[in-house]
Amino acid sequence: MTSVIAAAWQIARKDLRVEARSRELIYTTIFFAFSCVLIFAFAFVREGQPIPNASAGILWITIAFSGTLALGRTFERERQSETLRALLLAPVERVAVYLGKLLALLVLLFAVEALIVPIIGLLFDAPLGRAPLLLLALLVSGTIGFGSVGTLFAAMLVRAQSRDVLLPVILYPIVVPVFIGGVQGTSAIFADEPALAMAQTWLAILIFFDAVFVTLALWTFGPVMTE
Amino acid sequence: MSSNSRFVPAALGLALVMFAAAPFVINTAPYESTMGLVQRIFYFHFPAAMSLFAAAFTCGIASLIYLRTRSARADQIAVAGAELAVVFGIIVLTTGPLWARKTWGIWWDWDAKLTSTLVMWLIFSSYLLLRRFGGPGSEMLSAAVGFFGMMLVPFVYVSVNFWRTLHPKTSVVPNLPAPMLVPALWCLTAFLLLFISLLLLRARLEASRSDLDRVALALED
Repeated sequence: MTSVIAAAWQIARKDLRVEARSRELIYTTIFFAFSCVLIFAFAFVREGQPIPNASAGILWITIAFSGTLALGRTFERERQSETLRALLLAPVERVAVYLGKLLALLVLLFAVEALIVPIIGLLFDAPLGRAPLLLLALLVSGTIGFGSVGTLFAAMLVRAQSRDVLLPVILYPIVVPVFIGGVQGTSAIFADEPALAMAQTWLAILIFFDAVFVTLALWTFGPVMTE
Repeated sequence: MSSNSRFVPAALGLALVMFAAAPFVINTAPYESTMGLVQRIFYFHFPAAMSLFAAAFTCGIASLIYLRTRSARADQIAVAGAELAVVFGIIVLTTGPLWARKTWGIWWDWDAKLTSTLVMWLIFSSYLLLRRFGGPGSEMLSAAVGFFGMMLVPFVYVSVNFWRTLHPKTSVVPNLPAPMLVPALWCLTAFLLLFISLLLLRARLEASRSDLDRVALALED
């Protein structure tokens, strides 16, 4: 067990180091997320005022879109330099490869969220300070749910044709519960009459989803990634 | 295969006879007091929905078996299940709104049953898209989609149910009065027979196709 975690940590560190040196993903993903927010501003701001309760939806759609972009790129990088085979040949458990990839992706997505959430708060009058810990917990659990399923399918699609189109086509229907939970929980916090108990229930549903789908992904990754 | 080849025509023939008789059987049912004639959509809507679930679970379980054992037979059944899930899904998603327009006054509502049916239909459509455009090796990938799709259904259902609900409860069917229950079960049997025979036919087609591929490859060598 400790060897799996150590190997996963090595793989995540490798990914993060590649990223720290090129800064390709972080720059492009943040810029893309910001462009998304800008398009939403044109759609959901009327006469200088944002439409009520739009901010929760905008937040989660931005996470979904920029997350898909980042997912596609992380594995595209392995494919271009033909290192995925080497990674799979490494004498570690398949599970460690999955966990390492997931960890690196989560660090990246959290970094993007750390920047984009305050921007959305600023541009759409979202009361971020109302229940900051609960909001943080919703963001973390939602991102883990999205990332865990996304990492599995992005890894699978590396060798498929038309993978760029197929990733969102497959991923979005499967992560529907994450987005229902995330959007509903966040808008319960942002509403004019905040319903924090409601947001906590959604958080519980998200955590439950994470637990089940991380387990399933861990279990599926091995057979799927075997040639 | 040989027991299959006798069972399939028999089941298909019986299903066709039952479908031909279905309008007469449905006609024996009394008019529902508030909905009147439109309620008769139910006799096709409900069996199609049950067939959709049967197809989705067949695909999910066959995918799970394929992931574990890599049995070609499981994969063929999974493809057949996914295709039938999409077909029955189209029937459910057309009859549903037609009925809803007349009784609820709206075409669509984001209710638990409606939303989870739509999501399920999307997942199995994406299964077929992956299968068709994924290129070589997409059997394994689509098996993961089929398996995740099946595991997801309760999650979507619970989360949307928690969000809002309008659709009648599932307890409606067992509590139907006998004159309505008989046509409902009649149509359910017809749909399930159709489902099973199409499933076996489609799986056999997939098997023949892979046999043909193998023969063609052997010939080239």
